[in-house]
Amino acid sequence: MSHHTITVCGLGFAYPDGTRALDGVSFEVGHGEAIAVVGANGAGKSTLLMHLNGLLTPSEGSVDIGGTPVTKGTLADIRRTVGMVFQDPDDQLFMPTVAEDVGFGPLNLGLPPEDVGRRVDEALARVDATRLKERPPYRLSGGEKRAVAIATVLAMEPAILVMDEPSSGLDPRARRRLIGLLGSFAHTRIVATHDLDLAAELCERTIVMSAGRIAADGATREIFADDELLAASGLERPLGTRACPVCSGQVGR
Amino acid sequence: MSSVATGLSTLDRLDRLARQDTVVHRVDPRAKVLATGVFIVCVVSFDRYEVLGLLPFVLFPVVLAAEGGVPFGFLGRLLLAVSPFALLVGAFNPLLDREIVAQLGGIEIAGGWVSYASILLRFVLTASAALVLTATTSFQGVCLALEKLRLPDVLVTQLLLLYRYIFVLGDEALRMSRARSLRAVGRRGTGLHVYAQMLGQLLLRTFARAQRVYLAMKCRGFDGQVRVARRLHLRAADVAFVAGWSAAFVVFRLVDVAAVLGELVTGVGG
Repeated sequence: MSHHTITVCGLGFAYPDGTRALDGVSFEVGHGEAIAVVGANGAGKSTLLMHLNGLLTPSEGSVDIGGTPVTKGTLADIRRTVGMVFQDPDDQLFMPTVAEDVGFGPLNLGLPPEDVGRRVDEALARVDATRLKERPPYRLSGGEKRAVAIATVLAMEPAILVMDEPSSGLDPRARRRLIGLLGSFAHTRIVATHDLDLAAELCERTIVMSAGRIAADGATREIFADDELLAASGLERPLGTRACPVCSGQVGR
Repeated sequence: MSSVATGLSTLDRLDRLARQDTVVHRVDPRAKVLATGVFIVCVVSFDRYEVLGLLPFVLFPVVLAAEGGVPFGFLGRLLLAVSPFALLVGAFNPLLDREIVAQLGGIEIAGGWVSYASILLRFVLTASAALVLTATTSFQGVCLALEKLRLPDVLVTQLLLLYRYIFVLGDEALRMSRARSLRAVGRRGTGLHVYAQMLGQLLLRTFARAQRVYLAMKCRGFDGQVRVARRLHLRAADVAFVAGWSAAFVVFRLVDVAAVLGELVTGVGG
């Protein structure tokens, strides 16, 4: 049984104040797939992601990771398998130094100190942040924080990576670097994003969320060509797939 | 709220000082914490009218600051910033305690003034020792030492998170205050009412962030205990540091160094 698959079946969730955030969400993700979850603000993307590693417990339906249902009893295993990168790196980096932050997860897994050190070095090298090792997280730039936040998750060697808005708040170069990095991973990846160009570049498959339901699930290229669907879900075509407004004469030179 | 910005930049400066590499910085954090602890106990254990006996203790912060590359000007400004508390605590002593305890060149000095001076001196000594400790060890180093000295985990974790998020909270407060001042006209919109609402806002945001941080911690296997991989190595020099300074403090405490010195000088002179 592969650990790298996700099966979500009839997932429904309502917040305590009665807001129905998810309603009958079902999909499957295969080994090594990269999937974009897109949708307007409040469509239920973040709520869905939080179900994938048991931060929220389904009100209805079920979530299976590699054939293991997400329940209270399996949380420890699930969280080892599913690594989650939060939207705000400041939420994710809470230890005094970068090295200690990246080592936090492996230490909690009960690894011996030498192995923790090796994992920290490898994870930081992977995101090209070795030079930041001894720095305190609050003194890093936005791009550096993001890279380190990803390293903290990589150090736990998860099979599946779940990312919430990984490119938000990054300058173009940091964003480009991030896309290169994410593209180089072999993990099964689920990326919730408003950055449709990033989605188009990284993910062969896209799930469109709208008002807590799945509005569409299919090949990224087809979905981003469907203007009607995009408009109904509060989205627009990625800039990369549009004709240049200057060259085509839509905007005066 | 520019005081927030000043506060943050001061913490920043302390942090940068702590990243230097000097003889004092290389001393094991536990040794520095212990020595500072003994120092503080000795200083506060003096009688309330003691002034001269406290003077030799100045040696500790001065030597550590000088060797540890902590500028005295910076230290002085920090002491001034936190001094109002100490200034107030003893402010009524001269009024309440008018008993004459000393004569200085014909001027009678009341006990209240002596005890006030003693309080201020103790404040300068203990506060500067704590500041020098932080500036040569880093806040994290102090926390690590406390943990290795078997302070409760919960307390150390609290301190670590407090320090980590004080920057985030400070920035948030600063942004809110900027947003307010941009839309406040004259004195309108700057009143206590708005201030209270901003504080409430800040508290709610803090709760929300605490929730997210906790989730992030749980994702990485947090079970209530923060494990730190960094190991400390106690060298002979560190033991000597604690032993040497502690011995000096005990001597300063038990022997009237000023009087002995005075006798020596007059003895030689005669």
